[in-house]
Amino acid sequence: MNFTFIFFIVAGTLAIASGIVTIRSKHPVLSAVSLVFHFFMLAALYLTLNAQFVAVMQVLVYAGAIMVLVVFVIMLLNLGDEHSLKERFSVQKIIAASLGIVFLLQILAIYFSFSSGKYEISEKSIQIGTAQGIGKELYSNYLIPFEAVGLLLLAAIIGAVILAKKKID
Amino acid sequence: MTETLWLLIEVGVKALFIISMILSAAAVLVYSERKVSAFIQNRIGPNRVGPVGVLQPFADVLKLFMKEDLVPRAADRRFHSLAPIISLGVAISVYSVIPFAHYVQIGERIIYMGIAPNVNVGYLFILALTSVGVYGVTLAGWSSNNKYSLLGGLRSSAQMISYELSMGLSIIGVFMLAGSFSLNDIVLQQEGLRWNIFLQPLGFIIFLVATFAETNRAPFDLPEAEPELVGGYNTEYSGMKFGMFFLAEYANMATASAIISLLYLGGWQLPFSYNLIGLEAGSVSLAIVQFLCFLLKILVLCFFFIWVRWTVPRFRYDQLMNLGWRKLLPLALLNIVLTGIAMMIWG
Repeated sequence: MNFTFIFFIVAGTLAIASGIVTIRSKHPVLSAVSLVFHFFMLAALYLTLNAQFVAVMQVLVYAGAIMVLVVFVIMLLNLGDEHSLKERFSVQKIIAASLGIVFLLQILAIYFSFSSGKYEISEKSIQIGTAQGIGKELYSNYLIPFEAVGLLLLAAIIGAVILAKKKID
Repeated sequence: MTETLWLLIEVGVKALFIISMILSAAAVLVYSERKVSAFIQNRIGPNRVGPVGVLQPFADVLKLFMKEDLVPRAADRRFHSLAPIISLGVAISVYSVIPFAHYVQIGERIIYMGIAPNVNVGYLFILALTSVGVYGVTLAGWSSNNKYSLLGGLRSSAQMISYELSMGLSIIGVFMLAGSFSLNDIVLQQEGLRWNIFLQPLGFIIFLVATFAETNRAPFDLPEAEPELVGGYNTEYSGMKFGMFFLAEYANMATASAIISLLYLGGWQLPFSYNLIGLEAGSVSLAIVQFLCFLLKILVLCFFFIWVRWTVPRFRYDQLMNLGWRKLLPLALLNIVLTGIAMMIWG
């Protein structure tokens, strides 16, 4: 029972709980806020893996930027509680449940096929998870994909500007 | 396990110290805001409670505690009480990566003056938290179910999101010089008067303006523009919940001043070498001197914040957006390019 393990259990449990609230809640704002909480707990789980940069980016990008837009839209539409549709029989539910079970079985299969030995986080991961480590990798081994993603984002920005401009004219 | 226990105790003590510092800073700031504004407007200001009115902030807090906590019937109770907690929580947790002095060495043990000043994602952590601070304001505006609150909340979040960009871009020059996001590294790089304000004047001005907008202070206090919006996002709050928003505003001001002084004014660095006054690295007395130096920088910046608030009139909303997107953002990008060129030439 070391500190990291306790931290992992707490963050993991809270992540699952907030995930369940997100999909079960009838209130759209409550869903959105618990999703934000879920992102925080995911960031905490990344921290147990020494991935500091990814953890901060998770909060900065998802909780701080994307979810703000979602919350904005929900609030401006002023959505109230959703009333559940009365369905006697839904094919969607059965497919979803069976796919979920398959996914769970896959995770269990992977877990049991690997967990014969004890696993430890390698010493190197402390260096790789930092901003410096990721920067070095991005500008050496992954230079071309990194530049390609940059070009893609530039195209998306130009597209957004053009779309917004048309409406003003 | 004992090592972990010691670490927990150390962090706990530091956290208690920081929280009490923030609360007393808020009290000092409220008092000085009222006194400075009175001086600027040719009034006397608070002078009834205690000598020269110094106990006024405590009387204010006591009043807020005694007041009835009203929640409008049409409000969403859950989010109405959650919003001030988010606002204040974000304002306080930012301090976990701020260094107050360098370090104290007791025997073999080196104690850094801050909870996690050396964490390598340092400033990114602050950016992430402040971007989450938007929720406090937005949820407060929405859950009150009041049109003024909603408008105030929306204005505030739009403003915070817009200025976050120029704020984030303007400090990239500082990171390029320091080669790190860690706040202690950034401070160490500014040793002896090599302050970033001299190396990054353009970045400093952009960051300063963006900070005013981020903290919702005048001249960018549109979210609580009282002639238009009654009180903005906190219109429907009363009692200690209002007090928490109030506290968060002043805590944010202190945080913003601390960050500016860390990034651009040398943080806890003395303007001269510490050998000059005969102190040793790692000694307690040096840590105290560094802490006082940092505190002085914060207080001067806070005074500047107050001074600006009572001197400059409020911006119009379109002017605010134009300034943020059309002027500050391109200038911040230019600053990155200029820093890059300068680093290429002078190494």
